[in-house]
Amino acid sequence: MSSATFDARPAGPAVIAKHAPLFTGNDWDFDTIRRIHDACEAIAGPELGLSWYPNQIEIITAEQMLDAYASIGMPLFYKHWSFGKHFAQHEAGYRRGLMGLAYEIVINSDPCISYIMEENTATMQTLVIAHAAFGHNHFFKNNYLFRQWTDAEGILDYLEFAKTFISRCEERYGHTAVESVLDAAHALMNQGVHRYPRKKRPDLSSEQRRERERQEHQERMYNDLWRTLPAKARSGKPDPQAERRRALLELPQENILYFLEKVAPRLQPWQREILRIVRHVAQYFYPQRQTKVMNEGCATYNHYRIMTRLSETGQIGEAAYLEFLQSHTNVIRQPTYNDRHYGGHNPYAIGFAMMTDIARICTEPTDEDRAWFPDIAGSGDAMGVLRDVWANYRDESFIAQFLSPKLMRQLRLFHVTDDPDKPELRVEAIHDERGYRRLRRAFARQYDVAWLDPDIEVVDVDLEGDRKLILHHKVLNRVLLNKDDAMRVLQHLADLWGYDVLMKEVDTVTGAVLKEHTASARPTFF
Amino acid sequence: MHIIDRRLNPGGKSLANRQRFLRRVRDVAQRAVREAAREKDIKDLGKDGNVTVPVDGVREPKFTRNPSTGIQDHILPGNKTYIEGDLIERPPGGGGGGGGSGDAGDGGQDSEDTFRFVLTREEFLELFLEDLELPDLAKRRLAVVETEALRRAGYTVTGSPANLALGRTLRNSLSRRIALKRPKAAEMEALEAEIRALEESQPDAVILDELKAELERLRTRSQRIPYVDPIDLRYRRFEPYPRPVAQAVMFCLMDVSGSMTEHMKDLAKRFYILLHIFLTRRYKHVEIVFIRHTDHAKEVDEETFFGSRETGGTLVSSALVEMKRIIAERYNPEDWNIYAAQASDGDNVSSDGATSQDLLRSAILPACQYFAYLEVGDEGGPRAGFVEHRTTLWRTYEPVSKTNSVLAMRKVNHRRDIYPVFRELFARKAGQEAASP
Repeated sequence: MSSATFDARPAGPAVIAKHAPLFTGNDWDFDTIRRIHDACEAIAGPELGLSWYPNQIEIITAEQMLDAYASIGMPLFYKHWSFGKHFAQHEAGYRRGLMGLAYEIVINSDPCISYIMEENTATMQTLVIAHAAFGHNHFFKNNYLFRQWTDAEGILDYLEFAKTFISRCEERYGHTAVESVLDAAHALMNQGVHRYPRKKRPDLSSEQRRERERQEHQERMYNDLWRTLPAKARSGKPDPQAERRRALLELPQENILYFLEKVAPRLQPWQREILRIVRHVAQYFYPQRQTKVMNEGCATYNHYRIMTRLSETGQIGEAAYLEFLQSHTNVIRQPTYNDRHYGGHNPYAIGFAMMTDIARICTEPTDEDRAWFPDIAGSGDAMGVLRDVWANYRDESFIAQFLSPKLMRQLRLFHVTDDPDKPELRVEAIHDERGYRRLRRAFARQYDVAWLDPDIEVVDVDLEGDRKLILHHKVLNRVLLNKDDAMRVLQHLADLWGYDVLMKEVDTVTGAVLKEHTASARPTFF
Repeated sequence: MHIIDRRLNPGGKSLANRQRFLRRVRDVAQRAVREAAREKDIKDLGKDGNVTVPVDGVREPKFTRNPSTGIQDHILPGNKTYIEGDLIERPPGGGGGGGGSGDAGDGGQDSEDTFRFVLTREEFLELFLEDLELPDLAKRRLAVVETEALRRAGYTVTGSPANLALGRTLRNSLSRRIALKRPKAAEMEALEAEIRALEESQPDAVILDELKAELERLRTRSQRIPYVDPIDLRYRRFEPYPRPVAQAVMFCLMDVSGSMTEHMKDLAKRFYILLHIFLTRRYKHVEIVFIRHTDHAKEVDEETFFGSRETGGTLVSSALVEMKRIIAERYNPEDWNIYAAQASDGDNVSSDGATSQDLLRSAILPACQYFAYLEVGDEGGPRAGFVEHRTTLWRTYEPVSKTNSVLAMRKVNHRRDIYPVFRELFARKAGQEAASP
């Protein structure tokens, strides 16, 4: 491995056995695809040590790719107008040539399905197979978030069930009724995710044991002196009844869809089931939102390794390798902030650069790297380290842990704060000794979904009064919600809840209520 | 590893989604289509149409944090000038140093207020002609044999193996076997078993021979009476029946005398095309007859109809006579839905009025489903403040239309009025249900 450092330069001539080329020219057939897959497999397995779900490669047309776009890439999905809208959008963009289609779509399922387009040249097919069928596939199978939160074996069956269930509901209760439930559920989709594994309810024996241990502990620690201390005057003692009610309703609850499914008083069973379906779908996609950089980085890094090796062994020709390099460099291009094409950070670029950098730190560390990454610097086993990274991190922790000073310098990152109370923007940190850590922390935050998504919780229900549902938005850095959209979502929420809804935007620092929104249920819904 | 070729799978997987989407934007899409119809060349009407829909009706709201409030952090690449502590003037528009909002992962929010999509021809026409109805469709049972369809008609004893009615055949076979007392398989097996048992225990019993004889008898009988006999066979029978297909003929009548300007002809043409689109949507089979007239009428082809000019006086009755002749010759009102659209600038020889009126009343209108008279005028139209001038022909037709609802008349000056007038003429009357042919 150490001889094959990861770089574009040609490798040493000693160990590499030449193979016959897999294909010549641009054309391909199913035999070619199979040969390409087998050649990639021979590299991905023994050389890179990847492990993957069995591959299923499906060849589709541009129109089918648009279809797949419209149903969030899934091979089957329930029907809803919003997918039709997305289809129309994509189609219009595609027809006018504004938008190229992806070369592939890959689905986190077992077997792992990769859609590849029929228009691709043989080189592109090699690239997308290396990228999707091995890179993404390895990530899906090994990353802890996917292992913890998604069920690759069951997802297609579940979607089949969801599709049938929803179309049955449409037949039975009418399109409008189903549509309004789905609309409301989709609006709350981002609030339909469990971010942590739920607490297991203790059973009776463990509850009793805990109680006993607590008592023993108190008896052991008994000291009569405590009795003589003056009691702190406690104002606003929590009402035990309210406490109990909140505990029974498992409040506060940030998974609003889950809360509605379990507690909303007026929902029909089929409506609850639809909320559940939407919630499950949201949960399935939740890891993907947290691992954009890592997922694309993993796929890009691996396709680069595989393609380079294929070229070294003569399995793809020079022309094909140049074609690959051209599209590879397009993919990992990162325009600077003042560039006309700048549109935020390119996850492919960041991921690929960081993983290349990790490989460098493992094999050719500088003194700086040794100081910053004592665990991995000079370990020599780049792939071992990377596999561990792919398995155990998400974007936020990955950047917080592995963004090296060298890369910050290379990307020339800087951190700007925009405080509306100040007349000017301020540069908080740049790529220098003083700024590295702060810069890295701030950058990692940008990938932390908990910072990006508004923090909204159901905090209480006025069960004895008018059943008003009370939510809090914990306002971070004084960033409020978009008012129009918030009101629309709140309306959907009120419709599902069946009674009034009140949302307070509460500052996390001061505890002050910055804004309140209310919505009342529309009578037409039920 | 599997490779699957999905290219031949049926497309249009998201058709159902599209229908739901269109239902959602129906109102706006319809308005856009009507708008398009007014502006667009009518020839292009059938083509795919671009529709712009305000995003409001199809918004997918989500809780999102408003990037223009509070303290925002931006991490940007490509710093060449700044050092820590530098103050940067706020760029106009409030964005953070070149759009740091891009990495905020906006969840499918539409930044624009509208978005465009393309309607297919079918969808366009569906919206375009919605709520329009052909008047008096139910008045006559107009049907003519165009296709023959097959329908099930009981069973027959002959037929092709593909049509073998298995259930019926076996039912016959069963009743025949019962009637002829064909020995059952189970019966024979029991007998065989008994014989075997006897052979083992007391091989020389007398009863054994009897049993063997009995078995032999049963065997012969079961061979003589087959399980399924040709006599049992039944086949599903199909008989052809004529499926009535409603058909329509559309008469286009136009004055082509010198007084008709190109503009007027253009208006007339637009109206005819609309009517044709409409009729073809409602009837499988539509024929068009072009009749043009000056002081004499003639049936012509489309090109001549719109293209060539003629000079001469104007005699409307000549066209009506010609139409009457063609109806009598080729289009029996019993079999055909007859629609007529007449376009004229309204000139007519005053002596012709009574003749025309009479012809209309007695011959034309009774045969027609609908007779639309379109009076085309100059682009300027009737100037405001002037009492509208009533043309000769208008005065001729007006009394007829008052007593007979088959005749409808409208005046059109500008091409933007064509579609509204068309809609007015064919708008579904309240309480009148759509009766598709």
